[in-house]
Amino acid sequence: MKTVNQHSLPGPEDISRIILPNGITVLVRINFNSPSVVVGGYLPCGSLFDTDEKLGLADFTASGLLRGSEKRDFQKIFDDLESVGANLSFSAGGHTAGFTGRCLSEDLPLLLDLFADALRRPVFPSDQVERLRTQFLTGLAIRAQDTAEMASLTFDQIVFEGHPYARPDDGWPETIQAITRNDLIDFHHIHYGPKGLVLAIVGAIEPKAIAEQVEKVLGDWTNISEPELPALPKLNSLKRTITRKIKIPRKSQADLVIGTSGPRRKDPEFMPASLGNSVLGQFGMAGRIGEVVREKSGLAYYASSSLSAGIGPGAWDVSAGVNPRNIQKARDLICKEIDRFVEKGVTTEELTDCQSNFVGRLPLSLESNAGVVNALLNIERYELGLDYYRCYPDLVRVVTPEDVLATACKYLHPDKLAIAIAGS
Amino acid sequence: MTKLYNEHLLANGLKVLLKEIHTAPLISSWIWYRVGSRDESTGHTGISHWCEHMQFKGTPQFPSSVLDRAVSRDGGMWNAFTYLDWTTYFETMPADKIDLGLRIEADRMVNSVFDEKEVTSERTVIISEREGSENEPFFLLGEAVQNAAFRTHPYHHEVIGDLPDLKSMSRDDLYDHYHSFYAPNNAVLSIAGDLKTSEMLAHVRDLYEQIPSRPTPPRISRPEPAACGEHQLTVEGPGETTYLDISYHAPAGNDPDFFPVTVLDSLLAGPSSLNMFGGGGISNKTSRLYRSLVEKELAVSVSGGLAATADPFLYSVVITVHPKRKSEEALAAFDDEIKRIQDELIPEADITRAIKQARALFAYGSENITNQAFWLGHSEMFAAYDWFLTYLEKLGKVTPADLQMAARKYLRPQNRVVGTYIPTSAEVRM
Repeated sequence: MKTVNQHSLPGPEDISRIILPNGITVLVRINFNSPSVVVGGYLPCGSLFDTDEKLGLADFTASGLLRGSEKRDFQKIFDDLESVGANLSFSAGGHTAGFTGRCLSEDLPLLLDLFADALRRPVFPSDQVERLRTQFLTGLAIRAQDTAEMASLTFDQIVFEGHPYARPDDGWPETIQAITRNDLIDFHHIHYGPKGLVLAIVGAIEPKAIAEQVEKVLGDWTNISEPELPALPKLNSLKRTITRKIKIPRKSQADLVIGTSGPRRKDPEFMPASLGNSVLGQFGMAGRIGEVVREKSGLAYYASSSLSAGIGPGAWDVSAGVNPRNIQKARDLICKEIDRFVEKGVTTEELTDCQSNFVGRLPLSLESNAGVVNALLNIERYELGLDYYRCYPDLVRVVTPEDVLATACKYLHPDKLAIAIAGS
Repeated sequence: MTKLYNEHLLANGLKVLLKEIHTAPLISSWIWYRVGSRDESTGHTGISHWCEHMQFKGTPQFPSSVLDRAVSRDGGMWNAFTYLDWTTYFETMPADKIDLGLRIEADRMVNSVFDEKEVTSERTVIISEREGSENEPFFLLGEAVQNAAFRTHPYHHEVIGDLPDLKSMSRDDLYDHYHSFYAPNNAVLSIAGDLKTSEMLAHVRDLYEQIPSRPTPPRISRPEPAACGEHQLTVEGPGETTYLDISYHAPAGNDPDFFPVTVLDSLLAGPSSLNMFGGGGISNKTSRLYRSLVEKELAVSVSGGLAATADPFLYSVVITVHPKRKSEEALAAFDDEIKRIQDELIPEADITRAIKQARALFAYGSENITNQAFWLGHSEMFAAYDWFLTYLEKLGKVTPADLQMAARKYLRPQNRVVGTYIPTSAEVRM
């Protein structure tokens, strides 16, 4: 099995982790090979705070941050950003609102000033709120016609029934219509603050200089009202296989999602599940699923499996896009592969291949500033430790076929699957 | 000064471009063939793309079951693309593993099997790929606009091909196409990353130079006559959203006019990223069309696209029409902006701004080795690598007068196709 040059991977001696007095965490890694800087991070302001009646509020608020502030109007914000070829965007997921930005190194002070301005002093102008609302509603109308998105959304509704993860972060047309400008102002006032704000910066900038710049624009930010994220309720596992079909007329292709819930990112089963998932529907041209559904049967252009572990339990599913008349055939093949996976697990050869792939692809995933920012945020979000990527090869190699089989048996039950189909 | 890259022509006609970049322990290798959808005649549309798929079905040395596992096992990323003018295959791998990628490409340049059973299985995969695209209004509209824009030039059809051809082409058709166009003298090999030029060149010679050159078919030469009037068309389909695709005949990538049209696109619809891998783009909320369409609530989004092609292709603006507005209103506001850019000289400061944006986008792409190797070869498909190296310089030389000339020459109604996607009611039942 190959080795990886440890010095090319982020580690404790080249990641700076700085906690500002008001609680903001700043992670920095220098890359003097790059003329640009990438910024990314999150705050605990996700859709878990949304009520069912106003689902989409967290995302609406995050998107509204750049629509005007006390210092700059919408055009001024984007004129400042775009004039130097920089970008900055906000959006919300379940647990957090995330942001990402990049600029040439020389423009980092400007980017940080715009970032802090958007976070601290948004005014949500009425006309911009209505413009955003129309854009959201148009996006939802397009989503309703998208077979892949509707199958995925329906799958989540089955697997996470009674749990907040069953809800789409971007809401529904009626909930977006119900949100007022005052809701945005209130959401921001209550939830946005320095506590829980994590900011990762990678590029040709010294950590000390970055800490000073962040301190300058965010150091005096406080918000005593910031509540804790609501606790996640227990997820009830499926008692039987549930199939749900969404009719979207006049579509050439139908989308199919089959699976269940998987481990959390911090669960010990995460790594065996990841490696097992790779064998099932990722490795090479999409693992066993790709082999049977695409290569041998010619049923689909895409067919693969995915595992989306996060703070809470994620989805572990197989998806494929097929001609509507082939849905049953594809479904049978996929279920058969899940059966085989749970019954027999993976071979030593298959596992070794995937372990080799996981370790070997590290340099590729970490070559760019954006890749390193993601890695730093991953470390922070899941408390993996600054030496995580140095230890990663060992964490991968220690997994055995027995671990994969035990994990598969724990999470995947062939008689208790969620099956979502969207199309004509 | 250190030379930025090295160029070599092997005895069999294969052009090799090498670029040393020592920022990460990676090497990206791309083999480019001068064959794309423009090399297809009626009855065989989509054949170049299908051949690309068949290249993953194996050779006697690397059977399909071995190919993808071998690359993935080494932590590599690989894929292939077919476009109007070219087909390309790449591997990005840890630097000490790139030999595998180089061997695979040398082998499948001549030894692919094109097994009958694999052809049968892949036929339905490709039809499925087309059906997936047909789910998207943008694809349906774009295909109709492209068909209308080209009557004689083979840019007429989509890369994926037409369904009747996908149903009727045979294994021998595919193999003949492969055998005709896949030859070292019809290819460019571009490699960038953590390499030593002299060692890599010697290795490339070992693997590729013994592959014999072959006569390759001439490219279809059916230039598109000058457009002599606006085409308008509609496409109806499911959904609630109306889209406009306004496509102008545009200069080829190596035409000096390509650069002023690039700046026009940046001013009108926002700067486009050249990067195929990494970097991402930047927003376009201060562009002229965003201000006049989205800010005026005639549209919910607008974007522009200009591709660097060997022959003149299209400059396209796609507008998602505001749900409470008519497409005619959005088109009228669009036309007002076009008239303004034709009538009024652009301030120098606006051009300077566009150049800074391009410089930033260029920098974002430079940190990705796969993207660097992509450009090393891609620019050879319509010009030469020097085109890429001098791209910012050429943009910097564009003057307000150049822009006005380009706007008047290319952005005329007579030179365009206006396509409208009209949604017809579709009920969704949960």
